[in-house]
Amino acid sequence: MKISTFGWFGRGAIAAIVIASTAFAASGDASGPAPAFTLTALSGQQGALSQYKGQVVMVNFWATWCGPCQQEMPLLDQMYKKYKPAGFTLIGVNVDKEAPAVKELLARKPVSFPVLLDPANQVSKAYHVDEMPSSVIIDRKGEIRYIHRGYRPGDENEYQDRIRQLIRE
Amino acid sequence: MRKSAMLAVAGAGLLLGACSIQPWVKPYERDRLADPIMAWDRDAISAGYLDHIYESREGSRGATGTAGGGCGCN
Amino acid sequence: MRISPRHLCRLAAVATLSMMCVAGAAVLPDDRADLFWSTYRGGGMDITGESVLVRKKFSENFAMEANYFVDKVSGASIDVLSQASVIKDERKQKTLSLDYIHDKTQYNLSYTDSTERDYISNTTHFSLSQDMFGDLTTVTLGFTDSRNKVGENNGGTNTPKIEWLGHATSRSYEGGLSQILTKNLIAGATVEIITDQGLLSNPYRSIRYRVDPSINPLGYALGSQVYPNTHTSTAGEVRAKYYLPYRAAASVSYRYFSDTWGIRANTIELGYTQPVSNKWIFEGRLRHYNQNSATFYSDLFPFANSQNFEARDQNLAASTNNTIDGKVTWAFAPSGFLIFKRATASFDVTRIQFKYGDFRNIKDFNVTPAGGGYQPGTEPLYAFDAMVYQVYISMFF
Repeated sequence: MKISTFGWFGRGAIAAIVIASTAFAASGDASGPAPAFTLTALSGQQGALSQYKGQVVMVNFWATWCGPCQQEMPLLDQMYKKYKPAGFTLIGVNVDKEAPAVKELLARKPVSFPVLLDPANQVSKAYHVDEMPSSVIIDRKGEIRYIHRGYRPGDENEYQDRIRQLIRE
Repeated sequence: MRKSAMLAVAGAGLLLGACSIQPWVKPYERDRLADPIMAWDRDAISAGYLDHIYESREGSRGATGTAGGGCGCN
Repeated sequence: MRISPRHLCRLAAVATLSMMCVAGAAVLPDDRADLFWSTYRGGGMDITGESVLVRKKFSENFAMEANYFVDKVSGASIDVLSQASVIKDERKQKTLSLDYIHDKTQYNLSYTDSTERDYISNTTHFSLSQDMFGDLTTVTLGFTDSRNKVGENNGGTNTPKIEWLGHATSRSYEGGLSQILTKNLIAGATVEIITDQGLLSNPYRSIRYRVDPSINPLGYALGSQVYPNTHTSTAGEVRAKYYLPYRAAASVSYRYFSDTWGIRANTIELGYTQPVSNKWIFEGRLRHYNQNSATFYSDLFPFANSQNFEARDQNLAASTNNTIDGKVTWAFAPSGFLIFKRATASFDVTRIQFKYGDFRNIKDFNVTPAGGGYQPGTEPLYAFDAMVYQVYISMFF
């Protein structure tokens, strides 16, 4: 087998990968009414999206087994405390299949924003969650305005920009 | 040479065409795959050491490691 | 005494490095420090290994890993026919590896240096991993370049006299695909093509050929091996791992190997992982391997210089080996201690049975036919068992 043949294959494969990788859903503006939902919190209390109509809402989908989700939680908590007085709320929707791991994690690293459980993944499906974590920002009228997929350090600045914009509306 | 060229082009075409395929395992369904027991090899030194033992006594070598799996979070 | 063949150091480095891509291309693995001890006993050889590994992230996108490995060999291996004394040698291997993640691509670059008295090897490895299709697919491409300097110790263990015999270079091209098939099942395939050039034979191994008992009462004489100075091989592996509903994992893999020296080999492996509570993981593994012999291999050549290329290295003989392996991992500090957020201790026992189809045990049966020994070519086929023990502590921070 000639090395040159394989070298050609290698180049072709790299080209294909680079091209294919650019065809990806990225974070960006979105539209449409935010699907309504009612879920239970760890405490057993019910929580519904409709409760927060009139406020800017960020729905953050996360899981205990997702590293970047853990990374962003403390930053989300800070953001929640900062903008809550201005009419903002953050709802954490956890997608774990079992509650004990969620309880244990929140006991170690508590957050002040409401966390609801979606073990059947109905809400995740309704919001077309295609990456973990995902954050959906909804305006005061209940319309989806922005979807952020994944988390990399520095993304919290993007969240804050969008939230401030929508608070001012 | 020409055959490999055609294969590479066909492969690239397949990859590009397949970009429109939606992931059939949703990210919120990746909990089991993210479990450390589902990793191909949890301990690098041990896996490398056993490979080393076999490769020094066998006439074959290669193709012993793979990346991939996990939570796919970003 | 060189204890490892040409490509070994490069492959040990690659095996270690490819394992680092365990978590997928999207997120760098946890920082860790590992201490490792191992012993191998079998075929007259006693080898201990000690290693330290440290891995640290320097930002969310960049991590570095350093590994130091020392192998100490002592023993009288079957193929060292001309030396009656016990051999002792030490190999030191240092590896530095860098990982960089950008979006869905992970890059890895590493360098390994392996030194023993009579063998020096430098290996450079580069690989690229790309997550695609909703992160269900990971494609990996890798390239490895290895430069080796081969020598022979013509002196003793304590008074070595090294003669440098030549060089060998090795290049490897690897392509891999990992695919999530269902929420419980992940599969993978890898192809690796390796080409070597240069001095590829082990200077301590010899061939033997028939001679008249009047020349040598044993009925055979030893001669030098002559290997081709090029070697190209292709290996392809497919593997799958399945999550069992009661929280366990079962895996299977198959590898096919073929090279320009006529060797065809098959490897099949089955694995099972059973966690118990959050503190214990039990794992078992079975492995079966078989290969035929190289075209220029023979246990006993009919006369001197009967072929252009001649080898009697047991690695090139027809053989099978079967392994049974058990490992237990104990999370002795699951919630961490000091600066570590998690710590585990592992103990692994491996038993390998080796059997050769056309390599005869002439070391243990070194009695002339006239003195009651075997006629050359009728000595028992070589077989031996090896036991490997590994103990390691992993600390995550």
